[in-house]
Amino acid sequence: MSTTSLKKRTTFRGLWESFIVWALYACATISILTTLTIVLVLLNEAVFGFGDDKIAFFQEKSFWKFISGTEWDPQYGDFFGVLPLVTGTLITAGIAALVGLPVGVTSAVYMSEYASPKTRSFIKPSLEILAGIPTVVYGYFALAFLTPYIIKPVLGDWMGFQVGTFNALSGGIVVGVMIIPMVSSLSEDVLRSVPRSLREGAYALGATKFDVSVKVIIPAALSGIIASFLLAISRAIGETMAVTLAAGNRPVMALNFPTSLGDLDKIIQPLDQVQTMTAYIASTSGSDVDPFSVEYQSIYAVALSLFAVTLFMNILSQIILSKFREAYQ
Amino acid sequence: MSLRDPNFDAQLKRRHLISKCFETLCFLSTGIGIVVLSVLLAAVLWKAWGYLDWQFITSHDSIYPEKAGVLAGIWGTFWLLIFTGLFAIPISIGAALYLEEFAKDSWMKKIIQVNISNLAGVPSIVYGILGLTVFVRFFDLVSRDTPDRFINLGLVEIKIPVPFGNTILSASMTMALLVLPIIIIACQEALRAIPPSLRHASLALGATKWQTIRHQVLPAALPGMMTGVILAMSRAIGETAPLIVVGASAFLLQTPGGIDSPVELLTNPQGLASVPSSNYSCLPFQIYNFAKDPREEFKSVAAAAIVVLLVILLIMNGIAVLIRHRFGKNLRW
Repeated sequence: MSTTSLKKRTTFRGLWESFIVWALYACATISILTTLTIVLVLLNEAVFGFGDDKIAFFQEKSFWKFISGTEWDPQYGDFFGVLPLVTGTLITAGIAALVGLPVGVTSAVYMSEYASPKTRSFIKPSLEILAGIPTVVYGYFALAFLTPYIIKPVLGDWMGFQVGTFNALSGGIVVGVMIIPMVSSLSEDVLRSVPRSLREGAYALGATKFDVSVKVIIPAALSGIIASFLLAISRAIGETMAVTLAAGNRPVMALNFPTSLGDLDKIIQPLDQVQTMTAYIASTSGSDVDPFSVEYQSIYAVALSLFAVTLFMNILSQIILSKFREAYQ
Repeated sequence: MSLRDPNFDAQLKRRHLISKCFETLCFLSTGIGIVVLSVLLAAVLWKAWGYLDWQFITSHDSIYPEKAGVLAGIWGTFWLLIFTGLFAIPISIGAALYLEEFAKDSWMKKIIQVNISNLAGVPSIVYGILGLTVFVRFFDLVSRDTPDRFINLGLVEIKIPVPFGNTILSASMTMALLVLPIIIIACQEALRAIPPSLRHASLALGATKWQTIRHQVLPAALPGMMTGVILAMSRAIGETAPLIVVGASAFLLQTPGGIDSPVELLTNPQGLASVPSSNYSCLPFQIYNFAKDPREEFKSVAAAAIVVLLVILLIMNGIAVLIRHRFGKNLRW
């Protein structure tokens, strides 16, 4: 006689199931482990050494001098002021934002408000291809085409500016092109999630398409659009290859404080060589640096700043986005 | 008395004109992306013309531009792809399965989820720093004193060298961490597209949770997952910044393990065993070095290497699109 008991028994299958759950759980925690390791590694070399005889970067060099110093020459001098790298990053990311954000938003408006499904099915894949092209190719494009065939003839020969082989402008422009697909696809999602009733209400009041897009939809989606801007700028700040190849590797202050109204042109020098934070990390860690030198540790200090800034912008944009979704769903 | 504003017609005309202008502006700016893309491709092809031939694909790097080739780069990229996939794909599918199928809506799930989307936004060069510190230097210190292992296969004895330092293994582990969040997000989307009714039906028939996932959910979600995986891997192929940091070799006259033709994959077990511990170059890194070279001819060599890289990417993306079309049609929920 067989009885069926409802009591839980330990079976091979049951053990196997719980083993699977634990294995999958372990996979999921690897992402957290990665974040922790990144933070730990950066802190260990930059802020405080965890080993007994380990001296970290900021224990040796003053933090204040690091963030306020205007000279960066870890190799030959003893200058650890990060501002030249920061301004280099700001100027390329700024140019990229000037190029990428307006183009990205207007093309998002076009795709969500104007384009027919047929046009969309052609434009969307093209933008995806643009997003899939490796960044080193963009860097090559800036260095081998944009500078010699467009920027030099137009700004150099025609308008008489001094244009370097490496300049922040060409790097900034290609990074701007690179962020177009990101801005446009994120903003398009946001624009599409604005309820139809808002559009129809506006049309019923006699608004034109321009009125609907610019005076109703964009304001309604503004927070989401700003979130996509933040993500794109954070991507532009973290971009390495294009700026390493095209914008050069000389840490000079590209943004200067104006001393008089006469030299306004000297405040921003986008046609000059700059070095971004990412380019410094790439060029220094790629060369043979003694792993126990201060120069080597300065990589980590710069990387920590970069990580902190991009993380802050990403989190901010996620918070804004989730607020936006709450408002409309 | 007319209630009509005398300026109404003029106003209306003006507003329509503005609307038309705005539409044109939006259209033109959408076109910018496509124009840049075409110019970029045309420019690269134009530069590469004359340098791109069979000899270019089958020869090693050289200091003479007309002799330089990308053999080491192609094989390096191939092995990086294989090993990165080996690490990243199982782990990310596992993580996606846990998050979508098992995790309850707890704070832990929320933390993992937020963490993954933040990791996806970390600059790739920071991953390079992580790889340099942990995989290249730390594991190298640990494994430096370990002797090489030997495996006897009867006829031949295979030497397996300790694989840390500037090797393919440490580079692919770095790359695996880089693509992990991207693949996890793609797999989660694929899993979410599977209707709950499928799971309920299977569970109602008495299948356990894992049986349901293994035999119902996974096969149904596989095409979507594979598309995501291939797209993520094609992003990994083009990634250069972390490889500069973890120490790809700028000028390498040897393919990993000495394997430089597909036949040798079968005939050279000793070479195969030493692949993970080989030094490596890869296509994007070679492009970077060619482009940096001040000689004008090397700009053309770089363009030729870019064409090779883009063709590989095109093939991978083509496969992804094919999978999406081939399997997407049969499944209708």
